Amino acid sequence: MTEQEIKSLQAIACKVRMGVIEGTHGAKAGHPGGSMSAADMFTYLYFKEMNIDPADPKNENRDRFVLSKGHTAPGLYATLANRGFFPVEDLPTLRHIDSYLQGHPNMNTVPGVDMSTGSLGQGISVAAGMALGAKHQGKSYRVYTLLGDGEIQEGQVWEACMFSAHYKLDNLCVIVDNNGLQIDGPVDKVMSPYPIDEKLKAFGFHVEVIDGHDYNQIEAALNTAKTVKGQPTAIVMHTTKGKGVSFMEGQASWHGKAPNDEEYAIAMGELKAALAELEGK
Amino acid sequence: MADVKKVATRDAYGKALAALGAEHENLVVLDADLANATKTQTFQKAFPDRHFDCGIAEANMICVAAGMSTTGLVPFASSFAMFASGRAFEQVRNSIGYPHLNVKIGATHGGISVGEDGASHQCCEDFALMRSIPGMTIICPADGVEAEAAVKAAYEMEGPVYLRFGRLAIPVFHEEGFNFQIGKGEVLREGTDVAIIANGLLVYEAIQAGEQLAQQGIDAMVINMATVKPLDEELVLAAAKKCGKVITCEEHSVIGGLGEAVCSLLSEKLPTPVKRIGVNDEFGHSGPAAALLKQFGLSAEHIVEVAKDFCGK
Repeated sequence: MTEQEIKSLQAIACKVRMGVIEGTHGAKAGHPGGSMSAADMFTYLYFKEMNIDPADPKNENRDRFVLSKGHTAPGLYATLANRGFFPVEDLPTLRHIDSYLQGHPNMNTVPGVDMSTGSLGQGISVAAGMALGAKHQGKSYRVYTLLGDGEIQEGQVWEACMFSAHYKLDNLCVIVDNNGLQIDGPVDKVMSPYPIDEKLKAFGFHVEVIDGHDYNQIEAALNTAKTVKGQPTAIVMHTTKGKGVSFMEGQASWHGKAPNDEEYAIAMGELKAALAELEGK
Repeated sequence: MADVKKVATRDAYGKALAALGAEHENLVVLDADLANATKTQTFQKAFPDRHFDCGIAEANMICVAAGMSTTGLVPFASSFAMFASGRAFEQVRNSIGYPHLNVKIGATHGGISVGEDGASHQCCEDFALMRSIPGMTIICPADGVEAEAAVKAAYEMEGPVYLRFGRLAIPVFHEEGFNFQIGKGEVLREGTDVAIIANGLLVYEAIQAGEQLAQQGIDAMVINMATVKPLDEELVLAAAKKCGKVITCEEHSVIGGLGEAVCSLLSEKLPTPVKRIGVNDEFGHSGPAAALLKQFGLSAEHIVEVAKDFCGK
């Protein structure tokens, strides 16, 4: 990737993060921390990697994405809106009564959402079902699913991993957002899921461990995943929770809390400044 | 009645899947290490490439089925009723019910007629659990012929369906090719003194009870209510109006099943005295199925007793 290309993706991710702030501020609730940590992966997937078309969101040959960590809907919605699936202006209606932007992803109301999620541990199984469905029908599309590092404490995640390796779902890419924090604190203090990479390897995955804010590493890992045959790939990405807003970074308290008016202004100020710099203004 | 042909509805399930599978390429079957017991093995033998064993991991299986359905396949996810509706309840609720996906759940070994396995496997709560999910269709067929027809009807409708089958071989009383409709009850006997509304293996018992009651001067109406949800409200109201007394019979807890569905409807639209026959808020235990059914009052004999008492005779 060229410097220019990376800068352009970083600029989009900046807009995605602004969308997260707009959404959670508008909702006076929601989950900014894990939305921000995954913003670079969301951006790369929807703006570079996946075969999708906002004008034809239900195309049967499209790549699929399942947000297994459904609480980071603000991140997914901000990405979909910036990609053209629905107006960015709608983001502040997140969680409002009568808004189509439900608190957790709803495939029947939000254009571009491939599966309704929110209850942790279920999305990865659904993604495995999609991948098996694709293989069974001789379709070449790929399925991506994003999990939290706290989410993998759910036993069902490991049922799904066993299943994915057993059925050799090499069209499935499982991404774990290892931001190190969950609601009650650091994941290794609450209930350690470590070593995540070794566990996934033992379950039959090809595993890539990357910096989830480095586009070269994201690209390399996703490209490798496409060349791996006979087994699913997992990408464990080290990230910073709340990435992009100084006072949110590395704070478990920003897992599921909305910025107030003052915090909103500071956060948007920081992101706008970062965007201006990326766009060379 | 020694010459009555008996078939377990689970056997009919396997047979129906194999027959439908021959017609429809998009029908796939998932099982959780119970293919021999749920009888999806019958389908597996015919279409090994379309049968996916998920191992002993029902939660994952239910969500895999949800994912497969989004790709245009029509999955029948199979396990024992206890695990399909109980263990995986929240998966059914959130990954199938909430998005209203086209997944069929084939739940076998419902009720206490599971027999010797005992209470841990005798699911008497599945109607209650599945009824609580918006948009879920629930069918509990009364014999092998109806079971086959119900599987076909479930495939043909769009949306989630919970099909409840039994382990025990039970009498077949429907003629082949009878017209089964989801959401429509079936009047098996006209009557005016009391309406007996049953499903599953209690339907045959209700028919027997109706005949015995007739000999004792009680004219009972007998209805097969295979579809627990959506309930055939029109038929229930008509039966209640005509008879003024209703008895419900099901191999399920009296809490949350067909009996309560009927009571809810009648209490709001046509208050009518109701007696519920079912498992009375208790767990089952090990024993031969026939003996258990008798012990728990899930028999023609008990229906007759309740009806006579109800009618003051």
